Amino acid sequence: MMDIINILLSDSFWAASLRIASPLIFGVLGALLCERAGVLNLGIEGIFVAGAMAGWMAVWLGAGLWGGVFFAILAGAALGLLHGILTVPLGLSQHVSGLGVTLFATSVSYFIYRTSLPTVSSPPRIEPFRALDIPILSDLPFIGPVLFQQTALTWLALLLVAVIWYVINRTPLGSALRAVGDNPDSVDAQGLSVYALRIGAVVAGSALMALGGAFLTMSAFDAFFFGMVNGRGWICIALVIFASWQPGKALLGALLFGAFDALQVRLQTEVGALIPGQVFLMAPYLLSIIALVIAARRADYPRALLTPWFKGQR
Amino acid sequence: MRIEPRQNLSKTLLIAVPILSSIAALLLAAIPISFAGANVLQAYQEMFIGVFGSVFSISEMLTRATPLIFTGLAAALAFRARLWNIGAEGQLYLGALLSVVVGTGYFDLPPLLLMPMIILCGAMAGAAGMAVPTLLKVRFGADEVVTTLLLNFVILIFIQMMLEGALKDPMGLGWPQSSPIVEEAMLPQLLPRMRVHSGLIIAVFCAVIVHFMLSRTVWGFRVRAVGENSVAAGYAGIPVNRSLFMVAIFSGALAGLAGVSEVAGLKGYLTADLSPGFGYTGIVVAMLAGLSPLGVVLAALFIASVFVGADSMSRAMGVSSYLADLVVALSLLSVLIGGFVTRFRVVWSQKHSEGGK
Repeated sequence: MMDIINILLSDSFWAASLRIASPLIFGVLGALLCERAGVLNLGIEGIFVAGAMAGWMAVWLGAGLWGGVFFAILAGAALGLLHGILTVPLGLSQHVSGLGVTLFATSVSYFIYRTSLPTVSSPPRIEPFRALDIPILSDLPFIGPVLFQQTALTWLALLLVAVIWYVINRTPLGSALRAVGDNPDSVDAQGLSVYALRIGAVVAGSALMALGGAFLTMSAFDAFFFGMVNGRGWICIALVIFASWQPGKALLGALLFGAFDALQVRLQTEVGALIPGQVFLMAPYLLSIIALVIAARRADYPRALLTPWFKGQR
Repeated sequence: MRIEPRQNLSKTLLIAVPILSSIAALLLAAIPISFAGANVLQAYQEMFIGVFGSVFSISEMLTRATPLIFTGLAAALAFRARLWNIGAEGQLYLGALLSVVVGTGYFDLPPLLLMPMIILCGAMAGAAGMAVPTLLKVRFGADEVVTTLLLNFVILIFIQMMLEGALKDPMGLGWPQSSPIVEEAMLPQLLPRMRVHSGLIIAVFCAVIVHFMLSRTVWGFRVRAVGENSVAAGYAGIPVNRSLFMVAIFSGALAGLAGVSEVAGLKGYLTADLSPGFGYTGIVVAMLAGLSPLGVVLAALFIASVFVGADSMSRAMGVSSYLADLVVALSLLSVLIGGFVTRFRVVWSQKHSEGGK
């Protein structure tokens, strides 16, 4: 018991929690944006892979770290456009289209990676984002290591929580976005384009998901591996429901998840001899399922989620 | 220009769209092949020979198609009832796990009983794997898409745990694999010195049964009614939740059988890389088949040909075999867009628009 308290009081634990949470923050925000507009995006898992691959490859080819971020965003937006066109004007099954995007994005990424690097056995490394070193702030006790020794991408994730909260809740664009996910007819009656709003939200949301992937190859690790996304996208889909589609709660959900994950890694080293390591590996997925079951009862789904809308049909 | 729903679905289109989608996906493969710097025509030729060039290659293709028929049926049946079972991958492993537990001699059974016992237990394990998320859906409203997807990871890690623990083969030289199942428990081979096994017969038999159940029984009618409109089905007195549960159990059982057939028909033992994503590919098979159980058999043959052909082409020409996954993904997207064409038509002049309402 004392061990757990010691872990919870250490700055390295909270720094790790925020680090683990960062890609999930991007992913949850992206999924939230899509679903708020009424479109479920199961392409998330594949878009993570594509973002991870595109960002890493751009850096490896010499585009620089922010160039990598740009190409990851571009890859995510392109895949979002594909999912948007299939599900919004064509009104095809959001489940199947999303899974199709995941299969497509994953296989394209793996194919390009394998074709560009046919023979290497160990994946080539890049110089990833470094932890920021802010004078004075980074040296503060506790807060310094937890908040001010993170990479720029973690800061971007935190900043985006605020930006997206503001856009959704405080701007005309945000109210149109919420309306298009709840009652698209009302948006159409105001003379706004349901198609443009929904596709726009899916494109922007997918770009955020790709950033989550890029975080993995450009900040958490320094190379691209097959299977490195490992269900993080699906966990984000569960976290969005847990967060009731609110950016603030999404941040909280991702941080809680990060904290649990960081805790299990540390517990594993403490009691690793007694319990098989796989029990700890399972924990994040089981935790997401439990969170989903708890949240599902009172989940207030965007009312037009999964419902296609066609112009001129009421 | 406007888009309007078709008045009645055209039978020709329903059959033509999957075929055209498959061809489109194959043709689109020319782009990645030339990206890899290979001769496109030669690549297609290698793929064709790799599948149909010899009895051996055809046997390989049929071997590959066998689990895909099972997982394709699992997806087709569930999707008919709008139950989104994306967990066939995990259910496959549960079926494989149980067939190893029963088949390696932990239970002392007469040989005649052993094989049916393995099949039954594997199917039940798969069924249980889908019953849990369905219970969570019906009881708590937890979205089955997310729970089945996440359970796939949980189950695979559980399998790894078992293979390093209780089920580890003491003779396995340290590799995380189970002991082989006993000789009497193996499904018979179909051709001498070929890998194709009688799991294929069971798979096709299952397709016929599912087809019959869906199209000729009251149960099948209920499943289709629940899938088309569960609220209306409820008002019509159809027990919606019970129908969903039945679908879940059969769908999971079919996926479990895929695992049984891979272990007892092909590998003989269990490893954590038994399935290269058969569960997920089954979804593509089901969509390509238009969710028709008999169509699943044909679609599985096509997808299996893509995998076997691409593998052989990859060996001959050095184009990454991830090409096969790409073609599979492309055929899913093509058939999805094709499905739009069967249900809607584009009207180019304004005058017709009134008639379409």
